[in-house]
Amino acid sequence: MRAAHFCESCGKVQPPVPVDYFSFFGLPPRLSLDVAALEKSFYELSRKLHPDLNARAGSQEQEWSLEQSSLLNDAYRTLRDPIKRTEYLLHLEGVLLEEQSKSATEQARATGELKKQIVPPDLLEEVFELNLHLEELRMNKKMGDDDPALFEEIGKAKLSLEAKHEALLRELQTYWKEWDGLIDRGPDASTTDRQRVSGKLVDVLNRRNYIRNLVRDVNAAMEN
Amino acid sequence: MATDRIVGIDLGTTNSLVAFMQGETPVVIPGDDGLNLLPSVVALDANNQPVIGNAARNSLIETPERAVYSIKRLMGRGSEDIQEELKLFPFRLADDLQAGEVLRITLGDKTFTPPEISALILRQLKRSAERFFGGPVTKAVITVPAYFNDAQRQATKDAGRIAGLEVLRLVNEPTAASLAYGLDKKRNGIVAVYDLGGGTFDISILKLHDGIFEVIATNGDTHLGGDDIDNLLITIALDDIRGDLGIDLRRNAEAVQAIRKAVIDAKIALSSQPSVKLDIELPGNKHYLREITRNQYEQLIQPVIDRTVGPCKQAMKDANLKPEQIDEVVLVGGSTRIPKVRALVKELFHREPHTDLNPDEVVALGAAVQANILGGGSEATENMLLLDVTPLSLGIEVAGGVTDKIILRNSTIPASATQFYTTQIDGQTNVAIHVLQGERELAKDCRSLARFDLKGIPPMAAGIPRVEVKFLIDANGILHVSAREQRSGKEAEIQVQPSYGLTDEQVEGMILDSFDNAEEDFRQRQLIEARAETTTILTALEKGKKSAAWGALTTDEKKQIAKMEKSLVAVNAEQDYQAIRKAIDALNQGTMRLAELMMDTAVSSALKGKNMDETDLGEGPTAPHPMAKAEFE
Ligand SMILES: Nc1ncnc2c1ncn2[C@@H]1O[C@H](COP(=O)(O)OP(=O)(O)OP(=O)(O)O)[C@@H](O)[C@H]1O
Ligand SMILES: [Mg+2]
Repeated sequence: MRAAHFCESCGKVQPPVPVDYFSFFGLPPRLSLDVAALEKSFYELSRKLHPDLNARAGSQEQEWSLEQSSLLNDAYRTLRDPIKRTEYLLHLEGVLLEEQSKSATEQARATGELKKQIVPPDLLEEVFELNLHLEELRMNKKMGDDDPALFEEIGKAKLSLEAKHEALLRELQTYWKEWDGLIDRGPDASTTDRQRVSGKLVDVLNRRNYIRNLVRDVNAAMEN
Repeated sequence: MATDRIVGIDLGTTNSLVAFMQGETPVVIPGDDGLNLLPSVVALDANNQPVIGNAARNSLIETPERAVYSIKRLMGRGSEDIQEELKLFPFRLADDLQAGEVLRITLGDKTFTPPEISALILRQLKRSAERFFGGPVTKAVITVPAYFNDAQRQATKDAGRIAGLEVLRLVNEPTAASLAYGLDKKRNGIVAVYDLGGGTFDISILKLHDGIFEVIATNGDTHLGGDDIDNLLITIALDDIRGDLGIDLRRNAEAVQAIRKAVIDAKIALSSQPSVKLDIELPGNKHYLREITRNQYEQLIQPVIDRTVGPCKQAMKDANLKPEQIDEVVLVGGSTRIPKVRALVKELFHREPHTDLNPDEVVALGAAVQANILGGGSEATENMLLLDVTPLSLGIEVAGGVTDKIILRNSTIPASATQFYTTQIDGQTNVAIHVLQGERELAKDCRSLARFDLKGIPPMAAGIPRVEVKFLIDANGILHVSAREQRSGKEAEIQVQPSYGLTDEQVEGMILDSFDNAEEDFRQRQLIEARAETTTILTALEKGKKSAAWGALTTDEKKQIAKMEKSLVAVNAEQDYQAIRKAIDALNQGTMRLAELMMDTAVSSALKGKNMDETDLGEGPTAPHPMAKAEFE
């Protein structure tokens, strides 16, 4: 059941109830999600909740409208994006993804060291080589040299990384299905099962983030 | 009903306009000079009375130390971020400006903050609207560049309040344009709006879907526009003059303004002509002559217009769209009349841009559409809803001077984020939060919005309090912050120190026409205007009595006129402007034949002209005032 955001009979905005983003849209916490249907409901709810359409209401309703529509926008922004949606679900499951990375960042800053990234084992060799190449490219740039072969080499590595990124997204979706299976089973699903699947999700997300950051570095090095 | 009179205002760097939704179409309300565009120029006359618009433009050349233009460039800015502007614009900062104080500009021997100067422009527009409606106007939608930050938006809102306007919504200029554009086109698809005006550049990409105008990405530069082209041309002329004639005119404000006027005319001519001849009179009876070809001009301005490329590409990247996926491109802003700009847009988006709407007016028309939506809507705006985004990421400063982004740019607004804070020391009761806006990694490279001091945290051991701070960006793109200590449930007190901008008390003290007095102010002004008209018509009548036409009237007619004259004089001494207007109308009617006879003898048309000028007043929206105020010699 969707939370009552507005009065069905009079259309007036109701005070916001603290609910999670899935419930805000009246959805079960499943990860495979029909984005087109989500967009449709986002538009429908916007037409009820947006401050522009409640500009003549009383000040209390205007305040609720502001809160409700910010909640709606936050929820839509999070759920329509596959990665953000997964991260959010893990957050609901009590996994402290963000805090983990934040405390790592802060610790790194405090000690003045570079933040340690755990290189996924299957990438060790590739990343090692890529970093050498990137270093070489940066040196070349500094000296004003041009090495087309090196550039091509890095370009290839980038393509390979992008392919891995795609593969990880597909892998992510298989765990989505496992997760959704648990949700569909309802209370029968055991806590251990949930923890097992969420562990897998965390693992894929971490590897995916690692690769995404790497691609970003490569792009930056190639553009400059 | 006064409550339904919500106007839409485009407060531009160069030109400002006010518009209103008349029935199902938005229309621009002309000023008392009969023109739609009000130049955003403010000057003080010899009696220290503010003069706005075309009237103030002359003073830019004659008494430049008493006039100011392009004030929008200073809205919401601090003295450290306008050093570049000061080199190029004749802004005279107040001598006694303190560090951290809101900027003040000197006009004559007075000083004004940028919101106060903007407020004078807004008040002028408000008056045009009041003349149009025959009643007070107190509510408005005002447009701002999409790329305006929090401080610039707040300054605009303050300007509205100072002008006696309740600002119901700040709307982004390109988005407003899309509303005006989408009104009659009612179609779905992806639209890019490219807005290059006098001082700002915006690019917005929207998805139109059954009346929903959803902005997906926006970008821009709040210091890029026609002004930059003008400054280039001015610099060249000044260099030429210094080189060839050995006169340095840079400190000669009158001469600089005369050159500015001439180069703007030349620039506009070059949008439609292959070349233009500059001929500027200089002090000492010399002339500066120069021919500029379109080709030379285009080479010259290329670097300026190229600065729009980066933001366009970034916006497409953020929207995750390729140029081919954009269905239509709309041009807004006077500077998009430059053929080279159009060519650039075509190249960027791989298609011919739309130019069917008047680029000067479309933003104001869109603001009127939004005003109509806020006022409850009408048939034309039914189903229309604007979903806009915040142009810049919102962040907070964390350890090491780093920005932690909590609301990303291009998030649909209203948007919110919640952060939790705790204490570092036992018994600590305050926590300081530094809020920033911008995309850069380090706090020092972002725009400081405000410093919040969370106070009244119940004393507990370090790390125990859990203060929930909620950051909310409202539909105007303005930030609100609230806090609560979760363990005690106590609402924490927040002390805000805006990095730039006026405090509420300061704004209060600046209000020109206070809300409560709107009706009274309006009445007073009407009374003054009505009495001025009485003087005009009585003077004209005196003239008529001395004319040959007077003799041609019957005794009865003369008696009638004398009676009406007497009653006009009587009500004119009272306070009721409507009664005065009525008496004026009556006298106008009664002297119709006299006026006609006088016209025949070609004496004056004052009596008759008056009559046409004031019909329909007080009946609410009928037709926009079609004419300039009649002049009487
Ligand atoms: N035909 C033309 N050719 C070139 N430039 C023009 C032409 N017509 C107007 N301009 C320029 O357009 C600018 C004004 O445009 P517009 O009125 O859209 O700006 P604005 O709304 O006041 O500014 P902004 O939106 O940046 O705050 C001025 O710089 C003016 O010189
Ligand atoms: Mg404009």
